[in-house]
Amino acid sequence: MSGHVVSVRTNITIFVALLILLFATVGAAYLPLESLHLPLALTIAAAKAVLIGLFFMHLYYRHHLTWIVSVASLLWLGILLALTLSDYLSRGWLDIPGK
Amino acid sequence: METVTTHRASGPPAAPSDEPILEVQFDDLEQQHEASSVGMWVFLATEVMFFGGLIAAYAVYRAISPSEVALASQHLNVGLGCLNTVILLGSSLSMALAVRAAQLQSRRNLLWFLAITAALGACFLGVKAVEYYQEYREHLIPGWNFQIPAQVAAKSSSLPLDPRRFEMFFVLYFFMTGLHAFHLIVGIALVSVMALLTWRRWFSGSGETQIEVTGLYWHFVDVVWVFLYPLLYLIDVQS
Repeated sequence: MSGHVVSVRTNITIFVALLILLFATVGAAYLPLESLHLPLALTIAAAKAVLIGLFFMHLYYRHHLTWIVSVASLLWLGILLALTLSDYLSRGWLDIPGK
Repeated sequence: METVTTHRASGPPAAPSDEPILEVQFDDLEQQHEASSVGMWVFLATEVMFFGGLIAAYAVYRAISPSEVALASQHLNVGLGCLNTVILLGSSLSMALAVRAAQLQSRRNLLWFLAITAALGACFLGVKAVEYYQEYREHLIPGWNFQIPAQVAAKSSSLPLDPRRFEMFFVLYFFMTGLHAFHLIVGIALVSVMALLTWRRWFSGSGETQIEVTGLYWHFVDVVWVFLYPLLYLIDVQS
């Protein structure tokens, strides 16, 4: 058929890896990491999303067009977050009256 | 696909068979499948922006009021959130196996995996309902029965805490998890319809494209939860 058939073994390996990453993120939340909590949690979440995307959603076996569409969504999300946060985070930098 | 396929428009109407129908606008089955798949990915890209608005609002509130967000997050149930993540990851595994069964034309396995996927989705909603009920009991639902918890009110006299920012975390929590739960309800409905159509032998072929596209949606909802769990539940669990 059209499309790559992912083996049961690969699917279960990915599932186990996702569970390990889940317990890693819960464990990391209890470590005294202070300001590193958020970057670490987001990194682990991104790793899980990549595993799900590549193997459960078959991106690994897909045409490049699908790759472009999936990455474009992240690009737009990045623009949204970067422009919004650049406003809010920089508001206190300059002492401008009436801001 | 090696076997010869007929266009629906030409020749006699095909008797119910296990061969996929090639619509006239496509060159071959491969292209037809690819069009559906890319179309679903474009829809998912718009869904990223749908959730993106809430995630941007969350990022702003977390950036400008980190202590209130951390304090409010401690009122969520980390254990139930973790259980729900396991359930949802399990449902994604089941959905991936359902797609595999559809590709291999294994109707019986396909029906089983679709049923398991929908059941695990329903389990997730059940656990979510228990959580919402706990938050209702603790008076943490904004606009309905919200009260600043006593220990937080005691702290806010000594610390510079803004109770409205504390409440805003719960507004974001209910909107983000609520929108996610709504997507899951849609997902369960889709999977159930696919299971029914498979049961009725409605698909030409084994419904491989349809099941795979449904799977893409299901996995997307899973990915959203993968981000929501640490962002909402695991902010400050130590204190």
